[in-house]
Amino acid sequence: MRKIFVFVERVDGEAHPVSWELLGKARELANNLEESEVWAIVLGKECENVCKEAISRGADKVLYVKNDQLVEYVNYKYKKVLVDIVRKYEPEIFLIGATLEGRELAGMVATELETGLTADCTGLDILPDKKLLAMTRPTFGGNLMATIMCPEHRPQMATVRPGVMRELPPDPNRKGEVIVEEYSIPEMEKFIEILEAVPLSVKSNLAYAPVVVAGGKGVGGPEGFEKLRELANLLGGEIGASRAAVKAGWISDEYQVGQTGKTIHPVLYIACGISGAIQHVVGIKESEIIVAINTDENAPIFDVADIGIVGDLHAVVPAITSKLKAMKGEVRK
Amino acid sequence: MNVVVLIKQVPDTTNVRIDRKTNNLVREGVPSVINPDCMHALELAAQLKEKHNATVYVITMGPPQAINALKDAISFGLDEAVLLSDRAFAGADTLATTYTLYKGIKKIEEKIGKIDIVLAGRQAADGDTGQVGPGVATRLGYSLAAYVTSIEKIEKDEIILTRRLDRGYEKVRVKIPCVLTVTPELNEPRYASLPNLIRSLRYQPIVWNKDDINADPKKAGFFGSPTRVVNTNIPPARKGGDIISKNESPEIAAQKLLDELKKFESIRLIEGLRVLVGDKK
Ligand SMILES: Cc1cc2nc3c(=O)[nH]c(=O)nc-3n(C[C@H](O)[C@H](O)[C@H](O)COP(=O)(O)OP(=O)(O)OC[C@H]3O[C@@H](n4cnc5c(N)ncnc54)[C@H](O)[C@@H]3O)c2cc1C
Ligand SMILES: Nc1ncnc2c1ncn2[C@@H]1O[C@H](COP(=O)(O)O)[C@@H](O)[C@H]1O
Repeated sequence: MRKIFVFVERVDGEAHPVSWELLGKARELANNLEESEVWAIVLGKECENVCKEAISRGADKVLYVKNDQLVEYVNYKYKKVLVDIVRKYEPEIFLIGATLEGRELAGMVATELETGLTADCTGLDILPDKKLLAMTRPTFGGNLMATIMCPEHRPQMATVRPGVMRELPPDPNRKGEVIVEEYSIPEMEKFIEILEAVPLSVKSNLAYAPVVVAGGKGVGGPEGFEKLRELANLLGGEIGASRAAVKAGWISDEYQVGQTGKTIHPVLYIACGISGAIQHVVGIKESEIIVAINTDENAPIFDVADIGIVGDLHAVVPAITSKLKAMKGEVRK
Repeated sequence: MNVVVLIKQVPDTTNVRIDRKTNNLVREGVPSVINPDCMHALELAAQLKEKHNATVYVITMGPPQAINALKDAISFGLDEAVLLSDRAFAGADTLATTYTLYKGIKKIEEKIGKIDIVLAGRQAADGDTGQVGPGVATRLGYSLAAYVTSIEKIEKDEIILTRRLDRGYEKVRVKIPCVLTVTPELNEPRYASLPNLIRSLRYQPIVWNKDDINADPKKAGFFGSPTRVVNTNIPPARKGGDIISKNESPEIAAQKLLDELKKFESIRLIEGLRVLVGDKK
């Protein structure tokens, strides 16, 4: 059996959404690779529910390394465990979410195993004739897409960008097996020790929101973002910002979109009072639909917008909000 | 205290253009710069030199013209800069890159003694992998803290620092020797002082080839790289679409926008826009 390993990243008691996205993708890869099965790798304790959910999300087997020392992510311990289980079970493919944690961990594991690792992939396929994993990723700030393979070394490793692959809806009737791996962590030097976890003061859902209503310098101040927030809420989305708005202190940098902020790919991106500098556009160009509202008809944002409105955002945004509200009211009646 | 800074010379990606006729990346005339994240590693190294009297070596693996990046790096007031350059290093993926850098660090160690801290950028602007720091740490058997955002204190055998993960920040104790990868949040890179600038202009970096660092050509460069780039392509450019003119009132503009949005199948994925397509669910 060819094994496709998926690392299940946990945030507190729950799995990071990217883990389910990877299981969904791994399932699809397994369907194109004869005699293969999908293994979810879970580290920690009291993860029985996560294990169960992994099966309902597409895993054939769950390898559960149950150990008190693995409750928190500590890089050198996680590395040791993953390297050892890869050596024991010899998977063909090993997928890890391209979160900050996942990228650190994958870099350590792949080096120790002396195999290839492709970072931050946005596409994965099995080449039918060669049975190899083709990994596609953006480089040069998204200007170039490269497809990479790892023909001879095993496992073929990739980190995969969150929010790109589709997760499977949980199917409680799916069958699978949970293997509790007996594993004791050897005595090791204490390379790194967590003293304190500091959660973020603002939590934005930018990376996952289906709609992002973003504001730039044209918003004019922190109050202006309230109008954007209202529209975003109505659409079930999140707000975003240009660096200029963040630098002006109008909004937290958790909301910044672009080269030095987040790269996002919502279904709908509405840029309000954003000129469309290249460093901003690289972060949004994979959006399905881009709408721009700007007073300057020559603003470069219109070159990438599917629909452009030349106008004052302070008038246009509330007009969109009230139109939508009116329509919803009618539907309800 | 001995410190090595890993820097990379990258094309200034803000200037990379695409030739739409040939569908190629236009790199000619695009200036090369020190990778932005590496600037913050250099600043930290300069501070370690000032506050902890560190001996600092800067190292890069790259083609001969990467000498320029090393000269610029010296303007931070650092001790020496080393270029690892050899045909055998060309075509390296991250695994082969970390091998060559590791051998280079070991060679520096022969000259100045045990290396306590290795600094790298979080990621490079061209490749964008963020794998080199973790890989070098693994090869050296050092502790690793990626994504460092602030440093509280540095003692003889440990560092207390804060680093960024997706779910928030994490304060950690890191054992020395260690590899740190740094983020732009850590510091503001300085402007060079005049004496340092003058020194950097005159400075000639050390150049080592594969024999100087005793590198196994099967582990370096193309032959030491498990991954192969099999294809590259340029994603199609977005094209600007319809413009609703400034002569329209905000209400009309809003209505026209909603009418336009109806034409996109994918808006069905947006709960808040289902009203547009008459889906009453
Ligand atoms: C290395 C580097 C990294 C960077 N990274 C990022 C990044 O990650 N993200 C990012 O966003 N930027 C980034 N930048 C900055 C970027 O170059 C631009 O400076 C920035 O995006 C401009 O923000 P803006 O569009 O909000 O402001 P401006 O360029 O000032 O544009 C404001 C726009 O608002 C319009 N406007 C004004 N009033 C109104 C109104 N009432 N109604 C409608 N429109 C109005 C104006 O016509 C104008 O087009 C980076 C720059 C560098 C050098
Ligand atoms: N060829 C290289 N020479 C020296 N350092 C490098 C090289 N490539 C990457 N690095 C270091 O690793 C960091 C992350 O790069 P990357 O892993 O390629 O995204 C960079 O900021 C540098 O500090």
